[in-house]
Amino acid sequence: MHTLLAFITGSNLLWAGLLFGFIFGVLLHRGGVTDFNVIVKQFLFRDFTVLKVMFTAIVVGGVGLFILHGQELSNWHIKPAHMLAVILGALLFGIGMVIYGYCPGTGIAAIATGKLDALVGFLGMLVGAAGYALCYDWIAANILPVADLGKKRLPELTTLPEWVWYAGLVVMAAVVFALVARFERTPSKSS
Amino acid sequence: MKTHLWNPYLVGALIGVLSILTFTLADKPIGISTGIAQASGACALPVLGADGVAANTYWAKKAVPAWDYGSLFVLGSFFGALVSAVVSGSFKLESVPSLWRERFGPSVGKRFLAAFIGGVVIIFGARLADGCTSGHGISGSLQLAVSSWTFFIAMFISGIVTAFILFRSTSKS
Repeated sequence: MHTLLAFITGSNLLWAGLLFGFIFGVLLHRGGVTDFNVIVKQFLFRDFTVLKVMFTAIVVGGVGLFILHGQELSNWHIKPAHMLAVILGALLFGIGMVIYGYCPGTGIAAIATGKLDALVGFLGMLVGAAGYALCYDWIAANILPVADLGKKRLPELTTLPEWVWYAGLVVMAAVVFALVARFERTPSKSS
Repeated sequence: MKTHLWNPYLVGALIGVLSILTFTLADKPIGISTGIAQASGACALPVLGADGVAANTYWAKKAVPAWDYGSLFVLGSFFGALVSAVVSGSFKLESVPSLWRERFGPSVGKRFLAAFIGGVVIIFGARLADGCTSGHGISGSLQLAVSSWTFFIAMFISGIVTAFILFRSTSKS
């Protein structure tokens, strides 16, 4: 652990939130992930845009932050591994993502591109989030403590040095992208 | 028609660079769903009153309904997509996406009902897991968080099963 770093503080932080969010919104739209068809077809293995965008972001951001963290220029922000809650939440999330056709971020960006179903789903998200807030005390008492591993990172599970994990991540991304490229060259069986 | 699209690998790389900037300059990971939970608290204010919202543990501690870095990030992402869509001429009002129409027909009511239910389910899942495709999928995975990789894998499996049940019969093109 080391001292908290933040070059941007106070009211500037609010402007930074707006600016960084703006850039994120532009990138989601330009990446093509504000489209119902693109999202659902990822889960059908007919379009790999979502995987390409996410995996490249993970590799570039991950390797960059691994280096910067080594120079003590950034802090980790690890979400706790409440395993039961994470798994149940992720299973619900996958179902919701296919029915809604967007995820929370791409849904908001899709509203801005004129998708009215994304707007209706956003109203659903407000209701669902309020429902979660109202259930929170019960969930915090009964679900979150089950199989709680704490704020663990994968490198802490083994004795391998951290750079090996990031090297592995790069290799995994290269293999996945090569497989996707090969898959995309092969004409679909039904056509 | 799709001229607004950039190469997905380039977009992914730029989101990675944006992550590096938010972590180092603002000490914040990219995330969206907490901001939506904050907005839900703001919407609950007229119903429950300020005291009612403040008495709720989640809105009092985890997702305070206020304009802060996280909620402004969400607002910014809306305007970013809006400007990008308008500038590129790709803004278009649409109620029923083509893949949905092919499978479930042109009914707007049916699509809106499903989108609403999907929205309820996805955000409940995101809050239970403490993150969404942004907070866990990108920000958490790039930090090699155990919670985030668990989320990523379980979410993809669930999405694949759901998509094959609902949309397998649609044409492959």
